Amino acid sequence: MTGAAITHSHQFEAVLQLADDHLILGQRVSEWCGHAPMLEEDLGLANMALDLLGQSRALYAYAAEIEGAGRSEDDLAFLRLERQYLNCLLVERPNGDFAHSILRQLYFAAFMHPFWQWVSANSTDETLRGIAGKAEKEMAYHVRHCGEWVVRLGDGTEKSAHRIKAAVVALHHYTDELFQGSAAMATCAEDAILPDVETLRPVWTATITNIFAQALLEVPDVAHPQTGGRIGEHGEEMGHILAELQYMQRTYPNLQW
Amino acid sequence: MAKPATTDNLDTARAWAAAAAVPDPEVPCVTVADLGILRDVTIEDGVAVAHVTPTYSGCPAVLAIELAVEAALLDAGFEARIERVMTPSWTTDWITPEGSEKLRAYGIAPPVRGSNSKMALFGETVITCPRCGSSETTKVSEFGSTACKAHYTCKACAEPFDYFKCI
Repeated sequence: MTGAAITHSHQFEAVLQLADDHLILGQRVSEWCGHAPMLEEDLGLANMALDLLGQSRALYAYAAEIEGAGRSEDDLAFLRLERQYLNCLLVERPNGDFAHSILRQLYFAAFMHPFWQWVSANSTDETLRGIAGKAEKEMAYHVRHCGEWVVRLGDGTEKSAHRIKAAVVALHHYTDELFQGSAAMATCAEDAILPDVETLRPVWTATITNIFAQALLEVPDVAHPQTGGRIGEHGEEMGHILAELQYMQRTYPNLQW
Repeated sequence: MAKPATTDNLDTARAWAAAAAVPDPEVPCVTVADLGILRDVTIEDGVAVAHVTPTYSGCPAVLAIELAVEAALLDAGFEARIERVMTPSWTTDWITPEGSEKLRAYGIAPPVRGSNSKMALFGETVITCPRCGSSETTKVSEFGSTACKAHYTCKACAEPFDYFKCI
């Protein structure tokens, strides 16, 4: 969809990258709707998905405005090809069991919470400050909710501990990518539009270490971090997500209701 | 801001009154003015412009609210336009005291003040039952029937109730 003539600003790309993280994770979490282990968690997961979707909408709308090429938030969300999505790999990982999904949400929210806090307090970009003002509180809520579950699972039964440990093994090596950012992110950090993501690592590590200590979990060392999402190199699952996400627009182009 | 004509001010007041009376589609006991999401109404080149700010990021009612405000302005005889205001971001502290009281009367515990404190955000302060006023309440679920609410129950009167999440 991207015309060769359009040169994208670093700001557009960084906001798009953020929007993609939130859309893809929101889509993933929404797959739980009607399938959670109990009613309260079904509501909880659906509400968290809604928060992510709402944040992604604001970000796509702003990205479209920065681009100024006539594309709408829907065009950006629904009409790009797989390699044009810039989300990190963590958010596209399959839901697995409840432990996997809750841990993935904790990893992401523990990163986005200090991210939005920084934006809300320091960003030179007024629109992003506005988005961050709400998002930081919503992410704090996710950290707390998912953190409580990780503790309950890790310090729960033999079976629940086994499951959350398996989730840590499966997902922890996708977390490093959160702090690698991208060239676009780095340029935005120089302009004080967005934080230097590497500086958020100590906060994230402290949050995770604290929760894991209560959950009787070890924070693993990662020898081989998995990366590639920021340059559009995704896992096999990404195509499956897009097949569902884009189905209506691909089948009935320009469909509206 | 040059607003010389008095008729302009009259129009502005009338446009505000029309827009402000629009009820929230999800919680119809409160108006957009009660919730603090109608930030301003101005008259620009003869067009009534309502400045509306979204509540929670994922609130599905944003568009419905904007359309309802626009319709109310049209009904009042104005040409109308909606401006979506993102900054500063809405907080539950902007709900008016009357709005809080209407929520309570409707059966929804209003958010505690001071949304920036962690205590308030996580409902660690005492939430009183909107029905019987007891402070003996427990949280059932951090997420309730809509994105803006958590679910509580009262130990005194045994009634379940919604608590408007504090953000």
